Amino acid sequence: MSDATGTTDAAEAPEAEEAPTDDARQAVLDQITAALGDAVLDSHIAVGRGLWVRVERDAWLEAAGHVRNGLGYHFFDYLSAIDWMPSPWGRYEYSAVDDGIRQFDPNAPVETGVAGGDTRFQVMCRLADIRRRQPHHNVVIKADLPDDDLRVASLVSLYPGANWHERECWEMFGITFDGHPGLRHLYLPGEFEGHPLRKDFPLLARLVKPWPGIVDVEPMPGEPAAEGDGEETEESS
Amino acid sequence: MTVTERQQLAYVDAQAADGRVNVELETDEGMILNLGPQHPATHGTLRVTAKLDGEQVVWADVVPGYMHRGYEKLTEVRTYPQVTTLVNRIDWLGSFANEVPFILAAEQLMEIQAPPRARHIRTILFEMARVANIVLFLGDLGVQLGAVTPAFYAFRDREHVLDQIEAVTGGRFHPNFDRIGGLKDDLPKGWIADTKAVMVRIRNYCDEIETLLFGNEIFEARTRGVGVVPAEVGLGYGLTGANIRASGVDWDLRRDGAIAGLAHGDVDWQVWTHPDGDSFARCWVRLQETRESTKIIDQLCDGLPGGPIMAKVPRIIKVPAGEAYVQTENPLGAMGYYVVSKGDLGPFRTKIRSASFSNVSIIPWLLKGVYVPDIITILASLYFILGDIDR
Repeated sequence: MSDATGTTDAAEAPEAEEAPTDDARQAVLDQITAALGDAVLDSHIAVGRGLWVRVERDAWLEAAGHVRNGLGYHFFDYLSAIDWMPSPWGRYEYSAVDDGIRQFDPNAPVETGVAGGDTRFQVMCRLADIRRRQPHHNVVIKADLPDDDLRVASLVSLYPGANWHERECWEMFGITFDGHPGLRHLYLPGEFEGHPLRKDFPLLARLVKPWPGIVDVEPMPGEPAAEGDGEETEESS
Repeated sequence: MTVTERQQLAYVDAQAADGRVNVELETDEGMILNLGPQHPATHGTLRVTAKLDGEQVVWADVVPGYMHRGYEKLTEVRTYPQVTTLVNRIDWLGSFANEVPFILAAEQLMEIQAPPRARHIRTILFEMARVANIVLFLGDLGVQLGAVTPAFYAFRDREHVLDQIEAVTGGRFHPNFDRIGGLKDDLPKGWIADTKAVMVRIRNYCDEIETLLFGNEIFEARTRGVGVVPAEVGLGYGLTGANIRASGVDWDLRRDGAIAGLAHGDVDWQVWTHPDGDSFARCWVRLQETRESTKIIDQLCDGLPGGPIMAKVPRIIKVPAGEAYVQTENPLGAMGYYVVSKGDLGPFRTKIRSASFSNVSIIPWLLKGVYVPDIITILASLYFILGDIDR
């Protein structure tokens, strides 16, 4: 699990050595970096698959504005957030390996994914240009949000489609979007308390009756019981 | 008494909270009309609120969420193979197509590729899901406009498609057949010949619908020039699928998406677009797409490669840490899964980008200024499935 923060490095290292480079995406990244300068904190290219750019929170709107007006990415794909805190409830299973509650340390540093990250909450949106009909014209923009100030600029002025996505993100993660025309509940009833997609929001159905986990596993017929190390066998739910 | 828009929205929320949903509010400036949550035109439980000035809509609001099942949260407590069972229920008319992008995202993270035979059969089932879905749409379209006959034709012919899906997967609606690295099973004996016969049926059905509906004067009068979406607006709202192709944007992920696990590139077919962007265009593009899908299925059935249907995958599937986003061209539009893995048995977080969510978010913009009877045709032509909005 320690490699989550190292994903970026691990993916970039073979890129430099074996040179399966992605020139098309690199060109897009160069344009974004040239326009935003220091506001680009980190980036990641998965060759042939995608481009991630992490920007300063204050540059969130500017970054999207540049991608829309400078690069011509007029297609709004989605906007969402990731809560990087490990779940304090584990995987809600009766199993020896899933003792999430005992393992959980609220002060442990969060491990984030591609393009890095420093905070628990990260917003992301994916913008694309679908009129040029090339699969590399898209980018995922990420931004870190500090725990004590979960707010970021709204993209509604650029992409009207961001309206619903931001409303969903607001009720599911508790992230406020400044400049949004009306942050009202989208899915949940108006009096709902809590933010369900946060990791510390319990999944009540599973708390009442946890998934049996490894209890009900039978060995496959004709197969040796153990493959690999002991830890894997235990987890074979 | 003047009521501001904010007050009206608050009223709508309050109504939703105490369940009084089918009442009308009259103000000095007009009337608020509720459509749904239980209305035949909404294909389920979607609520549309429109403020009227006479016959014209001044503003409209959409209240989804009556079917929110929290799949994004639920995927976090399931293993990768278990997730397909859940996501089957997102777009329930084209279930198999929901499984594919998730499986492809997991395959991408694991760096494995399904064998050619699996890719072809997967594509056949993917397109059959589209046929089953759109055939019902075309029939339902008639019902929305007061023509009952097409619906009976649709159910008659869709049944044959579902029979074929059932023969392979065992499930009429929820196949749960796609696996990381391939498919659960191979095709049964005699399936290919039967399928080709069904595809002939579907092509005949398309011809029937075209004469019955698309050549009908009333249908044209009620859909041409109604609910026009300019390409630029559609892109901003994230419209995908036939809805954006009907606005002249030539984009189809099957052709342009560079998707590794499907075989659309191996066959000869065409992407249809329409320049008008109105309700008619959206329906027309879907009709043509159904014909293209039958062609794709025919060709794939002819050129089915041999070999295994499952790549070598570990029995316990652990997906390496990383993030992947895979989008496919589903019956309703582009559907994608953003899968975050921490090297565990299940996803750490899954963002489900469903097509209908974005397609429906344009409704408040689109309904401004239209007349009440047109609301129904616009909703019908945008074509959404409630499970695909609410997830």
